Amino acid sequence: MPHRDLITLTRMQTGQSGQVAEIRGGFGMVDRLNALGIIPGKRITKISSMFARGPVAIEVDRGQVAIGYGMANKIIIQLDQIR
Amino acid sequence: MRKILLVGNPNVGKSVLFSRLTGVHATASNYPGTTISYTQGFLKLGEEKVEVIDVPGTYTLEPTSEAEEIALQMLDTGDIVIDVVNATNMERSLYLTLQLLEKGTPVIVALNLWDDTKHRGIDIDLDKLREFLGVPVIPTVAVSGEGIKDLVEHIPKATSPDAPVRTRDERWATIGSIIDQVQHIEHRHHTWLERLQDASVKPLPGGMIAVVVLICAFLVIRFIGESLIGYVLDPLFNNLWAPVVIWLSNLMGGSGFLHDIVVGTVAGGEVNFVESFGLLTSGLYVPFAMVLPYIISFYLVLGLLEDVGYLPRLAVLMDTVMHWLGLHGYAIIPTLLGLGCNVPAVLATRILESKRERFIASTLVAIAVPCAALQAMIFGLVGERGGQYVAIVYGTLFVVWVILGIILNHAVKGFSPELLIEIPPYRLPPWRIVLQKLWMRVYGFLAEAIPIILGAIVVINMLYSLRVFDAIASFTAPVVTGLLGLPKEAVTSLIIGFLRKDVALGMLAPLALTAKQLVVASVVLAMFFPCIATFVVLLRELGVVYLLKSAGVMILAALVTGGMLNLIL
Ligand SMILES: Nc1nc2c(ncn2[C@@H]2O[C@H](COP(=O)(O)OP(=O)(O)O)[C@@H](O)[C@H]2O)c(=O)[nH]1
Ligand SMILES: [Mg+2]
Repeated sequence: MPHRDLITLTRMQTGQSGQVAEIRGGFGMVDRLNALGIIPGKRITKISSMFARGPVAIEVDRGQVAIGYGMANKIIIQLDQIR
Repeated sequence: MRKILLVGNPNVGKSVLFSRLTGVHATASNYPGTTISYTQGFLKLGEEKVEVIDVPGTYTLEPTSEAEEIALQMLDTGDIVIDVVNATNMERSLYLTLQLLEKGTPVIVALNLWDDTKHRGIDIDLDKLREFLGVPVIPTVAVSGEGIKDLVEHIPKATSPDAPVRTRDERWATIGSIIDQVQHIEHRHHTWLERLQDASVKPLPGGMIAVVVLICAFLVIRFIGESLIGYVLDPLFNNLWAPVVIWLSNLMGGSGFLHDIVVGTVAGGEVNFVESFGLLTSGLYVPFAMVLPYIISFYLVLGLLEDVGYLPRLAVLMDTVMHWLGLHGYAIIPTLLGLGCNVPAVLATRILESKRERFIASTLVAIAVPCAALQAMIFGLVGERGGQYVAIVYGTLFVVWVILGIILNHAVKGFSPELLIEIPPYRLPPWRIVLQKLWMRVYGFLAEAIPIILGAIVVINMLYSLRVFDAIASFTAPVVTGLLGLPKEAVTSLIIGFLRKDVALGMLAPLALTAKQLVVASVVLAMFFPCIATFVVLLRELGVVYLLKSAGVMILAALVTGGMLNLIL
């Protein structure tokens, strides 16, 4: 896969889908995200993001999860289509 | 006695299931994290009586929060685990299930929210799932009771299937293959509820929805509260109860110490229920006719917002603002609870991760979030002088909340963790559940408030007749009169505010304050010091040192704000 498909969750656009490629965080953060089903390989869709560095909402496993901006910035997504 | 544990992710219906099994009502809310202290009850299994425990929601047995830590500890004490699985999101629930199976405690799975699977086009092959897991799997609908009997009958058949201990990756892989073979999803179009769901976390439509929801909430609370007072409780007190009071007053000779405690001051054959300060007059009128109507209307609306699942969305929308205050969006939930009563609000700050956040959130609640009892009195007494004065009180408290939060955020060391929450789907809650919760909360108010209110009235009468208040009033006059511009007798109200804020505000009624003085007094009363019940939970939750810091902030903030209002208005 070409490298340019990788993008942080914060920079992904609303409505776009992709797969979690990597979580660049400490163990605590990875554990908390994993508990909510956010693990590498999982398909997600971005539902919204608040302005002013607000949280990002995504859909994962038919459930929705809101992730603070800082944390969302460390989640790397492989986009479905090359744009 | 054998112990049965209800274990599962947050918000999958454990608490509703618990009350189905035991008849004990645990609070159910459509947002994660409400069951932090656990609830226990009992269930008859044939001849045997067993204990049932509603364990705090957890996603994993590798704890990532305090609540999960507690859940893990409790797990070791159980004989049987009822694993409550969300049938509409098995992917997320099964991780915990696999971990539970590895532990070796007998497990039975309640596949709850079964009713929701049909709407969502989810088809689950139960027999295959049973085969994979090796334990009984019973579909249930906790809110309607469907499947509960089946579940109880199968509890003795709970088994421990000797599952191999897996690594994290292996568990996820196992879940993947279970889901592939057990679950079939039919693609459907989004329902209007789902569209509304997405819209309410988007900045623009979400913001508009929030404004509409909050305005409607306010109007409905006002409408129900006022109607109950105007059409039910005032007529009851004025037409039925007042004659009884007059009759009793005459019987007791119309004056004297005992008369004043029981009936209060009755001038010229007229009862002034607010100002007379007897046990049978203000002692009943304040809690039942002034506060109770607003308790009912507030908790009805809050309960609806909770059970529909709106509050986590508000948390998402408010996240940025809450970060200015050193908190994250989820702190909006304790804050809203504080508008009902500060006690559960302070307890709910446990959903926040760090001590720092809990300190900031509970201090802000104790200072700037007036409880429903106090608000009811503000509406009753300040509202009489004009809506603009009520608006000034609320506006001031809101500004204090923001400014103080910003100050605390800079002054208290540490940082604010990030928001990370599951946003539950919107659900139309059954009325039975909503009303049951409302009743629990109203009953809780009556049971806690009435004894303290009656006690406060006795204390007030005694202090008056011993002239203690006069002595204190002269002593504190420089602050109360000089700084706040209030008559020196107003200090009595501030002191009684330590017992009950509603009674305290009522004590201002006979003082003939100007509207401006009433505004200053209400704000200072709201901020000055928490009532004793809040004080006790603050002590328990924060410890002495933080409580003292918190109290210091309160007194300072109250005096500064009151003094400024006195100057500006
Ligand atoms: N439709 C439906 N709603 C349910 C069911 N069980 C619980 N609920 C709702 O789901 C929400 C969460 O329930 P609760 O018992 O608080 O979950 P807990 O966090 O696991 O204790 C509440 O609004 C319940 O009314 C069910 O079987 N079907
Ligand atoms: Mg619960």
